Amino acid sequence: MSGAEKVSVRIRVNGEAREALVEPRTLLVEFLRDNLNLTGTHIGCDTTYCGACTVLLNGRTVKSCTLFAPMADGGEITTVEGLSSDGTLHPVQHAFAECHGLQCGYCTPGLLLSTVHLLNKNAKPTDKQIRKAIAGNTCRCTGYQNILKAIRMAADDMGKR
Amino acid sequence: MYAYPFSYHRAKSLAEAAKLLQQLGDESRVLAGGQSLIPLMKMRLARPTALIDINFVPGLSDIQSHNGELRFGALARHTDIETSEASATVPILHDCAAGIADVQVRNQGTIGGSLAEADPSGDWGATLLTLDTSLRCSGRQGERSIKLEDFIKDAYTTVLAHDELVREIIVKKPPRNSGGAYLAFKRSAPVYATASAAVQLTLEGKDICKDIRVVLGCAGLTAIRAKRAEDELRGKKIDGKTIQRAAEAAREAAEPQSDMRGSADYKRTLVAALVKRAIGIAVRRARGERVEAGHEYVGR
Repeated sequence: MSGAEKVSVRIRVNGEAREALVEPRTLLVEFLRDNLNLTGTHIGCDTTYCGACTVLLNGRTVKSCTLFAPMADGGEITTVEGLSSDGTLHPVQHAFAECHGLQCGYCTPGLLLSTVHLLNKNAKPTDKQIRKAIAGNTCRCTGYQNILKAIRMAADDMGKR
Repeated sequence: MYAYPFSYHRAKSLAEAAKLLQQLGDESRVLAGGQSLIPLMKMRLARPTALIDINFVPGLSDIQSHNGELRFGALARHTDIETSEASATVPILHDCAAGIADVQVRNQGTIGGSLAEADPSGDWGATLLTLDTSLRCSGRQGERSIKLEDFIKDAYTTVLAHDELVREIIVKKPPRNSGGAYLAFKRSAPVYATASAAVQLTLEGKDICKDIRVVLGCAGLTAIRAKRAEDELRGKKIDGKTIQRAAEAAREAAEPQSDMRGSADYKRTLVAALVKRAIGIAVRRARGERVEAGHEYVGR
């Protein structure tokens, strides 16, 4: 079929060194889901719109449907699977659960990572800043009010720690 | 979605990238942030047979300010520019960088890639045409400097040779008493703007327009410099009347096409309104006022 030579991709995913030999056209999201079996990262629109596939690459959110896996070679990735530790939810996960910041849950992994990224940069975001920060994450259920509540609660909780 | 298969090559320097482009032939392409190219490849609107990844070339993301010039490495991400001191001193740059698509795309997309892609809906072309901007390009024949107005030839077409790459974007800092604004109207954050307007001007005294550039985005095959709109203001007092005349001239200069984002007529009206507001904000900024501006969309 392709004749394209496979390339080796090594990435630290959620703190663990992972490696796979893949076709260059393999998207980062497919690498995570199909090669590493980390299916928490979702494929929504697959057209760089909805943000369901959002992960952290070297501390910054990216849409993993819009990177070829070899571009992340040598990098560090955090997916939704890497947020909790020893069975304890990350404060952002806890706030989304408390405020019911989800309806069907499909967009949730992406929104969690966009929130983590926001609060890492800005511990006390205004409502306007929160809206701007999640403008690249679409909730098809349109459940944004509780998502906003959850992000405010997460910011408060993390500020108290 | 899968892109058409391609071979992947990682360049360690721009010289190596230029060499690879020549060796791999006409169907090879440069991969920078990938935020325009990868969607096109997934939809198979682009089918390069080889990609040369320059993301691992060191030293291409620097942002520097000295001798009255701002220098952006080709791989400076929109986010880096948004948060840079350089963009704080030239507000129109911040307007543009802070509103391109959404956070995730800004974290990955690059200024060099955006200009080299020459997408008619791109934000940087319109913004940077209002400033004195040139691109330092690097190829098999060595380096050359190209003025931005000479760089973009047509939609998705630049003067770059196949084996030539953008290394750095150099922007001259505007003189004192200058202000600018970039306004883009879009339906939601991740999509391209329906129309946009970039204005950069210099005041003499309180309200005389010493110099001005007006550029329209998403209103033609390339960003359009609305020179007649500029003529309506240059050397004149900026007031409601002259601003209105400039906005009318901008409407005339626009060459939009009807598409899913709006009819040509709607876009002309939108462009005129954006130009009007951008002039107002540019004037206030030239007087030293802090004004927020940039991309606008529902829910912002």
